[in-house]
Amino acid sequence: MALDKVWVFAEAAEGGVKTITLEMLAKAREIADTVECFFGGDGDDVAEVLGEHGATTVHATGDLEGALLGTPVAAAVAAAVQAGEGPDLIMLGTTYDGRDVAGRLSARLGVPVITNVVDVEVDGDDVVGVEPVFGGTTNVKTKFTGDGVKILLVRPKSFAAEGVGGSEADVEDLDVPDLGSTGGARIVSRHVEEATGPKLEEAEIVVSGGRGLGESDKYVMVEDLAKLLKAAPGASRAIVDAGWVPYSYQVGQTGKVVKPTVYIACGISGATQHMVGMKGSKFIIAINKDKEAPIFSIADLGIVGDVHKVMPKLIEAIKGR
Amino acid sequence: MHVVVCVKQIPDPAEPGSLDPSTKTLKRDQKLILDEADSYGVEMALQLVDTAGGGTVSLVSMAPNGETAGLRTALAMGAADAILVSDPVLQGTDALGTARVLAAAIGRSNPDLILTATESSDGYTGTVPMQVAELLGLPAVTFAKSVKVEGSSVSIQRQTEDGYDDVVCPLPAVVSVTAGVVEPRYPSFKGIMAAKSKPVEELKVADLGLAADQVGWAGGGQEIVEIAAAEARQAGRVVEDEGEAFGEIVAFLENLKII
Repeated sequence: MALDKVWVFAEAAEGGVKTITLEMLAKAREIADTVECFFGGDGDDVAEVLGEHGATTVHATGDLEGALLGTPVAAAVAAAVQAGEGPDLIMLGTTYDGRDVAGRLSARLGVPVITNVVDVEVDGDDVVGVEPVFGGTTNVKTKFTGDGVKILLVRPKSFAAEGVGGSEADVEDLDVPDLGSTGGARIVSRHVEEATGPKLEEAEIVVSGGRGLGESDKYVMVEDLAKLLKAAPGASRAIVDAGWVPYSYQVGQTGKVVKPTVYIACGISGATQHMVGMKGSKFIIAINKDKEAPIFSIADLGIVGDVHKVMPKLIEAIKGR
Repeated sequence: MHVVVCVKQIPDPAEPGSLDPSTKTLKRDQKLILDEADSYGVEMALQLVDTAGGGTVSLVSMAPNGETAGLRTALAMGAADAILVSDPVLQGTDALGTARVLAAAIGRSNPDLILTATESSDGYTGTVPMQVAELLGLPAVTFAKSVKVEGSSVSIQRQTEDGYDDVVCPLPAVVSVTAGVVEPRYPSFKGIMAAKSKPVEELKVADLGLAADQVGWAGGGQEIVEIAAAEARQAGRVVEDEGEAFGEIVAFLENLKII
């Protein structure tokens, strides 16, 4: 038995709809009779793609005039739910804005959020979220027990996005109520950081560096190898916290989830925080000088050695081809 | 200026975590430490108060068994005082319940700014900052990688997927800061000594005007139904480098037709 209606939080990316939205739509189609989206912005911009992926309606706030979107979108959805027009289940991606909407919505409606979900099980009206813990070695299944709307925060790459050839979704107005004292945050300008090569989340090959590199200027080895392999450079939390590379490079529980064909971990020991973000890679290669490092327990090829010796030779060998 | 920093005291992440089979929650009965993710908020608060030319940094924390070890670390860094909410009825409290407790504790004073981490290192729901803001009726900016107080508002660089947004928000507000936003100071010996006598007010849930069914398992609206081992990934070949192991990687990549 399926749920009557699921709402998926649609997020726009440069020139389209974010992949996480389409991934959630694929799952939503499986578990609900009616799949709809809600969106902070002009619904006409996304209606075609959302329709193609099975959403019949997109409830859109229209132009938010520079407001940081979490608060107005959450208030609008909460109002719809309180008016009895809401769904049984709301799915949002674990993104910057997805978390903002989920947190606000949860507090506004007094209902819980089940977070970090990688799968959803539905049995009658029961909804169970599956969350990996301890670096993905253990799965915890949590069931909603309350009467209210159910909210799930879903990790990227949990489901495979697939178009189903649906027609353009209907756009309906989602009214934003007066936000009172909560609505003051405004975006005054946007900055896109220059990125060369493929995006971390989409790259076929990822080369990541960790604390084992020793010092920040050694990260250049990771960048060199990545460039040669047309890969995206990534990082462990340790070196992001140390300020070697920006937060946007971080792979792991706090950072990005990647599932490339090949993941090359250089000087990364494999803290659970990191492993949960990359253990879905098809092939994992690890270079680390500590042979007890946890990363070797999941690596297809593990090199016990000093990254400062192995990487320069590897780079030269690939360059020489 | 008065800044409140929400801090979590967590089991040492270097030690392997485990779940208590009877409660199905993370075991937190060992010694707890200051979540490293919160040390950035503490440092940020100290710097902002310094820049403002004066004020206080207060801490708010929720922990079992009256634990203060992590709070003392943050007090040693320079925070002035702390509120600790510790109560057996908090067993099983989820993110929203935690936010109810933190918001009620923060609401006892009227801070200009409330700082949090983006998520804790042990529970990592990442929803508490926004939940606290909503319960306090305040605006919020999450994922701040730079924070500047300018008069009665705060200017923030907020992390985005492709870069960052400049965001302006009126005070009071809740701001969550990313790790690495500032370099947390090491507590000095003097700071550690001073921290021992700084005030830590310990409160119960009832002291905050919250009902027992707003927290704990009762307040959660959810139930853990199963804990199971995930499908394990098999370890592959491990080669000790004698100077030529790079060749193994070259061969591996060749085999996949990547090079």
